[in-house]
Amino acid sequence: MTRPRAAAVPAPPVPLTGTAADQVPRRRRRPVGVYLLLVPATVAMVVGLGYPLARQLVISFQEYGLAQQFGRPAEWVGLRNYTELLTDPYVWGVIARSLAFCLVNAVVTMAIGMALAVLMAKVGRAARITLQVGMLLAWGTPVLATMTVWQWLFDSQYGVVNWLLAEPFGMDGMRYHSWLIQPLSFYFVATVIVVWMSVPFVVFTVFAGLLQVPEETMEAAELDGAGGWQRFWLITVPMVKPVLFVVALLQVIWDLRVFTQIYVLQRAGAPTRETHLLGTYIYSLAKEFSMAGAMATIMLVLTLALTGLYIRRMLREEEL
Amino acid sequence: MNRVGRWLLGSLAVVVALAWSFPIYWMVSSAFLPTNKLQTPTPTFFPLHGTLSNFRRVLADSTFVTSFRVSLAVTALSVVASILFAFVAALAVSRFRFRGRKGFIVAILVVQMIPAEGLFISQYKMLDSWRLVNSVLGLTIVYVAAILPFTIWMLRGFVAGVPIELEEAGMVDGLSRTGAFFRITFPLLAPGLVAAGVYGFLQAWNEYTLALVVMTDPAQRTLPLWLQGLVEADRATDWGVVMAGATLIAVPVILFFLVVQNRMTSGLVAGAVKG
Repeated sequence: MTRPRAAAVPAPPVPLTGTAADQVPRRRRRPVGVYLLLVPATVAMVVGLGYPLARQLVISFQEYGLAQQFGRPAEWVGLRNYTELLTDPYVWGVIARSLAFCLVNAVVTMAIGMALAVLMAKVGRAARITLQVGMLLAWGTPVLATMTVWQWLFDSQYGVVNWLLAEPFGMDGMRYHSWLIQPLSFYFVATVIVVWMSVPFVVFTVFAGLLQVPEETMEAAELDGAGGWQRFWLITVPMVKPVLFVVALLQVIWDLRVFTQIYVLQRAGAPTRETHLLGTYIYSLAKEFSMAGAMATIMLVLTLALTGLYIRRMLREEEL
Repeated sequence: MNRVGRWLLGSLAVVVALAWSFPIYWMVSSAFLPTNKLQTPTPTFFPLHGTLSNFRRVLADSTFVTSFRVSLAVTALSVVASILFAFVAALAVSRFRFRGRKGFIVAILVVQMIPAEGLFISQYKMLDSWRLVNSVLGLTIVYVAAILPFTIWMLRGFVAGVPIELEEAGMVDGLSRTGAFFRITFPLLAPGLVAAGVYGFLQAWNEYTLALVVMTDPAQRTLPLWLQGLVEADRATDWGVVMAGATLIAVPVILFFLVVQNRMTSGLVAGAVKG
């Protein structure tokens, strides 16, 4: 799907009052009826996700080329697709670029998001609501709509960005600058867009986390003589740490699988081979289905390696 | 904090808010400008002598109307199916204890970690072998699968939030179990169902990647694909029309989003902490 808004991903486990223990379901019925309730959702997920995943895994160990498109049975080739991909320096370049893009974006998003969340908690009501509305506008707008606006903003001839740099800032060389042609400035534009879209989620989640810090604890600390900075570092930060941890991991997951932004910018006139990240690279392999399958599996393993930690933590901390 | 400091921080917050919403302002503002005002060396910052002609051209465009229909059909089907399926599943996991319950919840969590971008080729192949490429039904199948995990997660929090004691009290007063459920619990779940529905709407209406893969026929484009089709590298883009189209697609979404954002966030938090 598109980059999830309120999150196509489970919530950060914000500690709330009212524990899971008193919510434990207690009805018992003959199980058959209960399982019937699960059938529609299970079937839908198995058909739409499980089956394609399994099929992709199988085909990544086969040769599936043009001949197979026309009905010849696929041939088992073992790990050949994988070795072919993993011995190609270009593929390693794509993986490295994706990881670098992902880390830079996640770090910048987290830094700005945390700063703005603290700012949101410190300012008065009017300023806070203004900031919240600004964030919500960026968060709620459909990805494709915002992508077209950003393309327009960075348009080489009539874009506002070039105008701003050339006129008020006097950088004449930027008048007709094409941002997407050089990979480095291509990634710069992509980063600006991705960060702009991702920061609101971080702000709202961290802000919600900051609100969880009990007033009494703060007052007690103040009475004990703790200054503003001390209270922040010794009470607030440790209390929102679980939220920060989860939000940061979500950013890593989302930024690793970024597709729409890169693909749309590529179509706007960037050299595709030099700007591929994992998602767009897999898409470009579409004609060689086995290779695409193997590459997708590599990406899946990479994602699971990054998220395994998160899942384990969720399972450990939560009474499901 | 002293007054000056507070005032400075407040102004900083307002400046950030203005900078952050500028692209959205620019989208709406540009949508009202005629082409000769858009393509000038100096940008027009306020559409003082604006025009509706860009909007008129979008609405008169038959490809927009077709795409609108496709988007509407896919979205409506996806929302109805995902709410229905998620609702009964959420009832099962939050009202009953049974073998495999925890496994189901873990599966929902794990499914959300699968990068959709690594799956689209095989989803395409699957739909292709079923002759469902370029069909509303085909796209709906992959959308529902993608929307379901989070919707179940969210509704599970809402269902758990209605105490079973209320229903039991209704049964003491003479209602049947089904009657108690529909008369007491169901109305209390309505806000959750609405939030889940809007979440599904946002996902299906905005989705780009899977639509790009599944809907290759121009006559079967969804709105995001239609919008992207307006911006082509090889010919001059009519930015006024593009911005009008983007505004038309975005405004209903933003309105929905502003209304349910709070509820969605609370559903999210509730889903994480309740059985």
